[in-house]
Amino acid sequence: MGAAVLSVQGLGVATTRTPLLADVSFTIDSGERVGLIGESGSGKSLTALAVMGLLSDGVRANGTVELAGHEGNLLERPEREMAKIRGSDMAMIFQEPMTALNPTMRVGAQVAEVMRIHGTEPSKAAAKSRAVELLDSVGLPDPANVARSYPHQLSGGQRQRIVAAIALANSPDLLICDEPTTALDVTVQALVLDLIVRQAQERDAALLFITHDLAVVATVCERVMVMYGGRIVEAGPVTEVFTDPRHHYTQGLLAASDLSMPDGSRRERRSLPTIAGSVPGAGHFPDGCVFRNRCEAATEACTEVPTWHDRGDGAGYACVHPLGADSSSGHGARDD
Amino acid sequence: MTQPIEQEITRSRRRPINATLIVGAVLVGVIVATAAVSLVWTPQAPMRVLSTEAYQRPNAEFWLGTDRLRRDVFTQILLGARTTLLVGIVAVGVAALIGVPLGILAAMSAGWFGQLIMRSNDILLAFPALLLAIMFAAIYGGSTQVAMVAIGIATIPSFARVTRASALSVLRTEYVTAARAAGRGPVAIAVRHVLPNVASLVIVQASVAFAIAILAEAALAYLGLGTPTGQPSWGRMLYEAQSTLRSAPHLVLIPGIAIAWSVLGFNLLGDGLRDYLDPKLEDR
Repeated sequence: MGAAVLSVQGLGVATTRTPLLADVSFTIDSGERVGLIGESGSGKSLTALAVMGLLSDGVRANGTVELAGHEGNLLERPEREMAKIRGSDMAMIFQEPMTALNPTMRVGAQVAEVMRIHGTEPSKAAAKSRAVELLDSVGLPDPANVARSYPHQLSGGQRQRIVAAIALANSPDLLICDEPTTALDVTVQALVLDLIVRQAQERDAALLFITHDLAVVATVCERVMVMYGGRIVEAGPVTEVFTDPRHHYTQGLLAASDLSMPDGSRRERRSLPTIAGSVPGAGHFPDGCVFRNRCEAATEACTEVPTWHDRGDGAGYACVHPLGADSSSGHGARDD
Repeated sequence: MTQPIEQEITRSRRRPINATLIVGAVLVGVIVATAAVSLVWTPQAPMRVLSTEAYQRPNAEFWLGTDRLRRDVFTQILLGARTTLLVGIVAVGVAALIGVPLGILAAMSAGWFGQLIMRSNDILLAFPALLLAIMFAAIYGGSTQVAMVAIGIATIPSFARVTRASALSVLRTEYVTAARAAGRGPVAIAVRHVLPNVASLVIVQASVAFAIAILAEAALAYLGLGTPTGQPSWGRMLYEAQSTLRSAPHLVLIPGIAIAWSVLGFNLLGDGLRDYLDPKLEDR
């Protein structure tokens, strides 16, 4: 494992009225693959957009986001400088391949464009032939022909490979994938996942993989962060978090998924349990522990924001009544 | 998740031959050809008073008859086509060249600046094209040039609105976010991503505006505020023939048909072009 590529400390995102993310902290090393999971509306995509500096107007971020090779806090950089970093040192693969490509441009031109912007390929012709090579490397058959196609002429899987080619074009140090396989059918999912992991490893890139599919995390990632209500509630190595969850939300997520456990055992087939209630709207999460209104173990003590219990090496949880431990209090060193 | 798949099927279905485009193109083509012919040949010298009878019905010598002042109607129709096209092109050109960038700018600049653009737009929109043209004619005198610029200015708001609305939806798409994620600047996003994706709507708007400009010019000429006497204009012909509507109806019918023909032509052409130009609707 290499040095830290992305370091996020105390990241908060809020509109003028509503807090959306609070105290999000994590680091990702080069060559490391980290999953970010949680239900829809828990703040996963927002975290990615905040790191990329792509938040929409009226939404402000605070805290620090540091990227290797760039001094200081990315959140304080002007848009003009961020535009130079985006697409070259950090890149993003989007969820919906149907809409992530410009319908009026040939896909080859869209791949070539990103290399021209950042001056990776100075000449138009060189960028074009490099684009065809890239399309070939992401496993598209007949890349020269594909490069001349418009997005609507290609299938979802093909398009997602092109989106991946665009993101990988400048060999970014950090690759953020926002549910890259959610819109694809299962057979194509496996191919695209394999492609992303392989290409990221070839480039020794840090990978932040956002998904709500636990099975995907189990196959792709080494470490996982569980997000709920705009906070990271639990983090740790995938096997540890998935077999021995400490946070009740993580347990609920695992119970609600049909995941075959990493040890090979599989729950018997019956209707899956669900987490009681639903994700509240932004700004309507309870104070204290954000999960306490849906948590069976919630008590009076949960009205205080739970402290982060560090289990070392990026692992930890934020729960007053952790599972699998003495339920009266947490253990380990405090890290905030 | 079924939605994209359904879209895929409709898109890949072969579209029927675009009859609207063909009909529109033929109608407009006839107007363009007529205007082109008038540059090199007209049956009689332009606007010349002939030594023949007035109010002749269409006949072998004068194909569409003669008017009150013993001028050849067919010659006037040919020359009028030129005026009509010129007015349409200049008016739509002025409106699109100013309105489209304004619309994109307004869509991309959130906050007071975008609001300022759109509210000024609303103020301009409150003036009907004809009223604005009449004001201009009162200030600068009635002429074809003043009329077409005035019609163009009055058409800016409709372009700005259509462009802004459509640009806003384009700016919300993932490929614009993706372009920003790839490090594209705002100008490049406007030119390479927003403009091509609003173009089809702008083209439809242009064809409708073209038809409206033709009608507005005809109305101005009819009111005696546009093209002055002695210059060919279909609207002017209508104006001059109104007193003899009963005795010589062909003098009203012929320019009337010409106007209706061109308005219909441009409307159909716009519809057809929209279907044809949109790459999303292209065959696989």
